[in-house]
Amino acid sequence: MQPPPAWWFAVVPAVFLGFFFAWPLLTVLGRGLSPAGLDVLSSASTWRVVWFTLLQAVLSTVGTLVVALPAAYALHRLTVPGRRVLLALLTVPFVLPTVVVGTAFRALLPESWTGTLGAIVLAHVFFNIAVVVRVVGGLWSHLDRRYEAAAATLGASPWRVLRTVTWPLLRPAVLASAALVFLFTFTSFGVVLVLGGPTTTTLEVEIYRRTVQLFDLPGAATLAVLQLVGVLLVLVVAGRLQRRLAVRQRLARADVAPAAPRSLLDRAAVVWTAVLAVLVALPMLALLHDSLRVGDGWGLDWWGALLQDGPSTRDVPVWEPLRTSLSYAVAATVIAVVVGGLAACAIAYARRGGPLLDSASMLPLGTSAVTLGFGLLITFAARPFDLRGSWIIVPVGQALVAVPLVVRTVLPVLRAVDPRLREVAATLGSSPSRAWRTVDLPVLGRALGVSAGLAAAVSLGEFGATSFLARSDAPTLPIQIGRLLSRPGEAGVGTAAALSVVLVVVTAAVVLLAERLRRPGQAEL
Amino acid sequence: MAAAAAASALVLAACGSGASTSSSSTSAPTTPSPVPSTFAPTTVRLLTHDSFALTESLLADFEARTGITVEVVTGGDAGELVNKAALTAGNPEGDVLFGVDSTLLSRALAAGVFDPYVSPAAADVPAALKAATQDAVTPVDYGDVCINVDDAWFAKKGIAIPTTLDDLTKPEYKDLLVVQNAATSSPGLAFLLATIATYGEDGYQDYWSKLRANGVKVVNGWTEAYEGEYTAGGKGSRPLVVSYASSPPAEIVYASDPKPTKPASSVMESSCYRQVEYAGVLAGTEQPEAARAVVDWLLSPEVQADVPLSMFVFPAVPGTPLPEVFTTWAATPSEPLVIDPAEIDAKRAQWVDAWDQVTLR
Repeated sequence: MQPPPAWWFAVVPAVFLGFFFAWPLLTVLGRGLSPAGLDVLSSASTWRVVWFTLLQAVLSTVGTLVVALPAAYALHRLTVPGRRVLLALLTVPFVLPTVVVGTAFRALLPESWTGTLGAIVLAHVFFNIAVVVRVVGGLWSHLDRRYEAAAATLGASPWRVLRTVTWPLLRPAVLASAALVFLFTFTSFGVVLVLGGPTTTTLEVEIYRRTVQLFDLPGAATLAVLQLVGVLLVLVVAGRLQRRLAVRQRLARADVAPAAPRSLLDRAAVVWTAVLAVLVALPMLALLHDSLRVGDGWGLDWWGALLQDGPSTRDVPVWEPLRTSLSYAVAATVIAVVVGGLAACAIAYARRGGPLLDSASMLPLGTSAVTLGFGLLITFAARPFDLRGSWIIVPVGQALVAVPLVVRTVLPVLRAVDPRLREVAATLGSSPSRAWRTVDLPVLGRALGVSAGLAAAVSLGEFGATSFLARSDAPTLPIQIGRLLSRPGEAGVGTAAALSVVLVVVTAAVVLLAERLRRPGQAEL
Repeated sequence: MAAAAAASALVLAACGSGASTSSSSTSAPTTPSPVPSTFAPTTVRLLTHDSFALTESLLADFEARTGITVEVVTGGDAGELVNKAALTAGNPEGDVLFGVDSTLLSRALAAGVFDPYVSPAAADVPAALKAATQDAVTPVDYGDVCINVDDAWFAKKGIAIPTTLDDLTKPEYKDLLVVQNAATSSPGLAFLLATIATYGEDGYQDYWSKLRANGVKVVNGWTEAYEGEYTAGGKGSRPLVVSYASSPPAEIVYASDPKPTKPASSVMESSCYRQVEYAGVLAGTEQPEAARAVVDWLLSPEVQADVPLSMFVFPAVPGTPLPEVFTTWAATPSEPLVIDPAEIDAKRAQWVDAWDQVTLR
């Protein structure tokens, strides 16, 4: 018995991605691409930028893996006190806006570090720990302990078990997370702008500079295509490797019960996780510190300033940006969950074309935000699709970023559904769609809950892609924080810090709420 | 002392919380604006940058008087604003555009963004502000990008305050200046233009290589420079920063109570580069009459009087009363540096690339 045909699920995602991603992208590239644009490819500085983009992305990916894998192990295989809180803590940086963390990070780093490759890599590691911990941890918590136990019984040392048994089983998940981290850092914008220096430029920053500062659309379009080709290559190679390395194994149905740390390696992993939690909390504590520091003393002045509603359009009390951000988050979440959920179903059930749709749904993550933003602007500028100034264009832009994450969350769960359950249902007389509704839908529901939390958090923190889409309502939280930071004096910095703490708390609450929805035994991110 | 107290009082009136709903009346004269008759109720979309701000009651007053609701549409900085307008020239996102500045004006004019209109209210605006507008847009305000100096730092160290761009290349000012990346920041570009205006196209690269040898630090944006590196702005270690002529009054306005009696920074007037902001009617608008009325309103006495404390710029119409915090603390260079917008547009990429090679590589 089959679930409903895959194409049935693919219609909505295909239309959405085609309409809001492929069409605007092709329009803006079509407008920009011209022989004149090819000049940028013969410039030495372009290739310096390409080299630096690659270098920092590779270093950031390797660094994130090294730092996060022990934590993934400790938090998913060992009994660690406060596990849920630690997991949420390590997740929050991923969804914080770069403008918030960048400033806090700057204050913590020694001055000689600002503007260096080291600062960028460090910040990228900070932001992406969650990706590795969740993607790898999701699989790790399901690895059947008996494989490792058998090896240990046969006399293998813990290190040898890790190397010859656990690692091969885990490789596909490590690769998947590495590909995600690489994509995020390869196309990084905010971190590079705030923490990098003028000489540490990525392709994404260069595309922005050519589009906005120089109005060199041909050059920008050429670079956007170059970046897209790079991203496609990574997706294709990672996809192939993942399929080649995939090991058929029986996954435990539910989370494997965590064990008490025994070996030296176990203990080291727990200690490392604790250290990591402290390091990750530091920038956030720095924000809290800045929000309470008034002159040479302490006070609630900046928190009070959040509530003030002055006579100027500039002074917006905290609930206005909060309301704007939350409304966008709700709309973006609904769109991302519907589109991403259906896409995940289509990919899971497709007999062929699944990997293609899989890669296609990841592409928005690798596309230059400024290119896409201008694409949306000139594509939806004429009737019957004149969406300019319509509020819906902002959550649509945010949803494009969140859809790949929803797919990544839902897909492993769907793949884990035992087809025999559907067969049983059919034997008992259910129609295919009824069988799907009773077997797949309940599991799907919970996975969608988790991905909704993630999508909402991404929308709350989003600054780059939609900040220049025109809108006439109150600013979002990240935009208001950026405005406050552009005021001279400690009040601007202090009030921005207080508003950042609000954003951190709201985001953490959303992530924790999603955590509660997660049934034990379900894959993560 | 009395001046400072008056300044504080005014600031409190303008920026204090809650009660004072008509606080702008302290500075806004009551002369009726030159905006023409009333309109059938309509909405004009005013496209502008993220830094736009006005006293809210002004918008309501205008609506009550003319029937025109001004819907303020923001999204991005001035560069993004102008490029979006250039990409949609003839089929605009709104009816009026405010915030195109003199470094971006030529790009907008060349793209045919505007339906030419100069407000009659701009008759008295000095010719210098109207230069290069090709009678297509109306100057609304101006401001200067200047080096800000942390006076207390220099006093403590017993070093004389630098007064010219040349001074900055001297050994006693080594490692003291932080500037913004001319490729990614608007004040950064303005300061590069200031050096080109001073030393000419043949001399500015030489000047920058001297600045580099003298330890100038380049960061990507205003916030990173002012809040991150400047001694008087936060946790930084450099007492000289590229900022605005209005940063000292802004320090006072944004300070928490009790307000400081004087700002921590002063302005190096010989380094000031002038930026003018213009408003224009967008070509393709369906309601040109109402759009023109909105441009006129931006030049009206009440809006002109409001722009200093709302956006920290100077009103374009001469004779507009300035708030005391401005007359006391803002720098008003008599001969600010300028470069013709058309020349900027033609050579910007070339200048910035050369600057990048000399300063950063």
